[in-house]
Amino acid sequence: MAVAISASQRKFERVNEIIQKHNGKKSALIAILQEIQEEYRYLPEEILTYVATAMDLSPATVFGVATFYAQFSLEPKGKYIIKVCDGTACHVRGSGPLYKSIRKKVGLQDGKFTTEDMNFTVETVSCLGACGLAPVVTINEKVYGQMTPEGIEIIIEKLMGKEDNQ
Amino acid sequence: MNQIIINNHSYELNGEENLLKIIRKAGIELPTFCYHSELSVYGACRMCLVEVEGQGIVAACSTAPRPGMKIKTHTGRLQHIRRMALELLLANHNRECTTCERSGSCKLQDLAERFGIRDIRFGHRDQMLPVDESSTSLVRDPNKCILCGDCVRMCREVQGIGVLDFANRGSNVVVTPAFNKPLAEVDCVNCGQCAAICPTGALVVKSERPDVWKALQDDTKTVIVQIAPAVRVAIGEEFGGKPGDIELGKLAAALRRLGFSKIFDTSFAADLTVMEETREFLDRLQNNDNLPQFTSCCPAWVKYAEQYQAELLDNLSSCKSPQQMFGSVAKEFYAKEMNIKPEDLIVVSLMPCSAKKFEARREEFAHAGVRDVDYVLTTQEIARMIKEAGIIFSELEIESLDMPFGFTTGAGVIFGATGGVAEAALRAAYELVTNKTLEDVNFKIVRGMEGIKEASVDLNGTTVKIAVVHGLGNVKALLKKIRNGEVQYDLVEVMACPGGCVGGAGQPFPNDTEARKERAKGIYRADRMLQLHKSQESPVINNFYKEHLEKLTHQELHQLLHTDYGNRRRIASGEITLTGNGVEELSVSVCVGTCCYLGGSYDLLQNLMQKVEADPSLAEKVKIQATFCFENCKGSPSLKIGDEIFSKMGVEDTEKILEMIRSRVGS
Repeated sequence: MAVAISASQRKFERVNEIIQKHNGKKSALIAILQEIQEEYRYLPEEILTYVATAMDLSPATVFGVATFYAQFSLEPKGKYIIKVCDGTACHVRGSGPLYKSIRKKVGLQDGKFTTEDMNFTVETVSCLGACGLAPVVTINEKVYGQMTPEGIEIIIEKLMGKEDNQ
Repeated sequence: MNQIIINNHSYELNGEENLLKIIRKAGIELPTFCYHSELSVYGACRMCLVEVEGQGIVAACSTAPRPGMKIKTHTGRLQHIRRMALELLLANHNRECTTCERSGSCKLQDLAERFGIRDIRFGHRDQMLPVDESSTSLVRDPNKCILCGDCVRMCREVQGIGVLDFANRGSNVVVTPAFNKPLAEVDCVNCGQCAAICPTGALVVKSERPDVWKALQDDTKTVIVQIAPAVRVAIGEEFGGKPGDIELGKLAAALRRLGFSKIFDTSFAADLTVMEETREFLDRLQNNDNLPQFTSCCPAWVKYAEQYQAELLDNLSSCKSPQQMFGSVAKEFYAKEMNIKPEDLIVVSLMPCSAKKFEARREEFAHAGVRDVDYVLTTQEIARMIKEAGIIFSELEIESLDMPFGFTTGAGVIFGATGGVAEAALRAAYELVTNKTLEDVNFKIVRGMEGIKEASVDLNGTTVKIAVVHGLGNVKALLKKIRNGEVQYDLVEVMACPGGCVGGAGQPFPNDTEARKERAKGIYRADRMLQLHKSQESPVINNFYKEHLEKLTHQELHQLLHTDYGNRRRIASGEITLTGNGVEELSVSVCVGTCCYLGGSYDLLQNLMQKVEADPSLAEKVKIQATFCFENCKGSPSLKIGDEIFSKMGVEDTEKILEMIRSRVGS
């Protein structure tokens, strides 16, 4: 329990450190948001309001920046972030069916990108720069090349098993 | 050679900062959505494209003129691009023009007409976003937004707030308050300048016409109306007149035909405000108490102060605004005199303003569920009602307003323009202090469109320093100077809208700087035309004091004509939970809203977290949260233990706070 307590406290202290590190400079907003997202895995609304207050910006402006860039998420993300490349090469090699099968496997409802147990987030990216391995999927930092719906299902099953055993 | 060639004709350059200005001077009305001379240049709407020889196609608004430039404004290519841009805007726009509040004053509709667009090749908008009707004053319909960003820049640059901004990217871009929250839950002050500048119906002032029609058609109700100063110089614009034309007589005639039983003047209440506010000011001046005194007639400014200027709230005049003074007087005295129950006397006010709708709904201005002012109609709304009733305004014979509350002095009328409230107060203060007659009533130094105006007036040996400020962005800048001690004043008049009330969001379109200037001139003409120019000379006011107000106790008088202000949070937002695990017995919240943050609340928060976590007997039982605003900004930094709020809590109070926490969790 002590761990849970210090985790949220540490994160909040980090927010202040991050803002201070950049001297609260408005031009550093994107870098500040990036670092905050690393702490929280997403950008909580309250934290964005706090950032706006501390930096003398309007919350609407901070929200605008946070929603402009695909790298920022205002929704909590899952433990495993699955990115399906949908660049031209991957697209013609079948990233569409791959994406669909992943969503089905982890059980995502329409319009949702993160599973309710917060284990999986599934999203598409435009190009991972590994076109020779198309279609490409990454799970967190790990790259899986020449993926097929059958292959990715096995990988996801393994991850699911790992979570169940915990 | 300082010439520029536009469509083969030569024109002299005179320091115009962009091509658009010189082209318009040359008599060519290049279309624009996103260009306004008072805002920064955005260059997004692509309607003002021109061809420059040797340079190709450029946006005229964001290109500086150079001598010798050869410009063409309507080549085939330009016409093609402009039409295409317009067609694409229209395709994405909810084109239900017939039911739109802005039908007839919409720039998009106007340009579609000018370009003769008869077919949109790209179909209709397929997805409709929800319309935000949460605000008392404004309605935001994102389906009509063309993303010109005028409202964003108006709110940020001119008003200094930044309620709205662009969010998302590409085809998903919308203009929205933070976190897609409804307008009522963010720091919008309801000034409506966004709606005044919006080229379409994406932002409009909320209408109360159906409620007023219902009241007028209800035989059990007596409906009276008060007309604000700025309405009389703008109503004519809706019926073919010019800005600044004084149409009070025709308006009175029209209102009687609509069924209002008495036509009164908000300027009467403004005269009353002058008397109360000037006495309050002289009192403060004598005791050197809560100076400078800020005027409190403008509800957008009052909300702004409540949100952003906690430490200045005691400096606001305690006087209700003229609208609300009128409401109190009507429901308290007029209703009694006429033997009508207050709930059966319906007070409607005609205002140039959207924030007045919010003001009329403030809790403190209602008694037992009956509002002092029941409905607020804007100049645009009353014009529409007149049209709806089929009354031909231009053919009406002028009529007078009713006694007694339809009688006003010029001082009450000039409230409608920036500088007017200060000037009216000066006309009274001078005579009250010196006991001498003020011969020249015109304090021209406080008039005009300059953002911040200053004046010094000698009152019997005391020099009184006055500032007049309009546009909340200018207010923000002035307040900063006052706080830093760079400037010092005794009286500060604030109006939220550029130009003052004549430029309110309820005024007819076009509501630009030119129109506002003309309306202000009309206001001063109306002052000149009246026999009396000083509130203290008004026989109606003097009689009203003698007959009614002087018989009241100090407290009753205060309740009737004065009010007070409270801190107000800017944005509805949740807490940041920092410690605790769900089994806690006590929650402790430290405010990290702006006032408290600047007051050092973060240090307190950090200190407290460390201390609580280090004490195992507390760590399990106490939940510490960072939160936004207890609406206790005057007492910043503030802290809440359980349900109790504590003010002025600094790091040095940590031990004291821990003691309080311990005693509450019993450890």
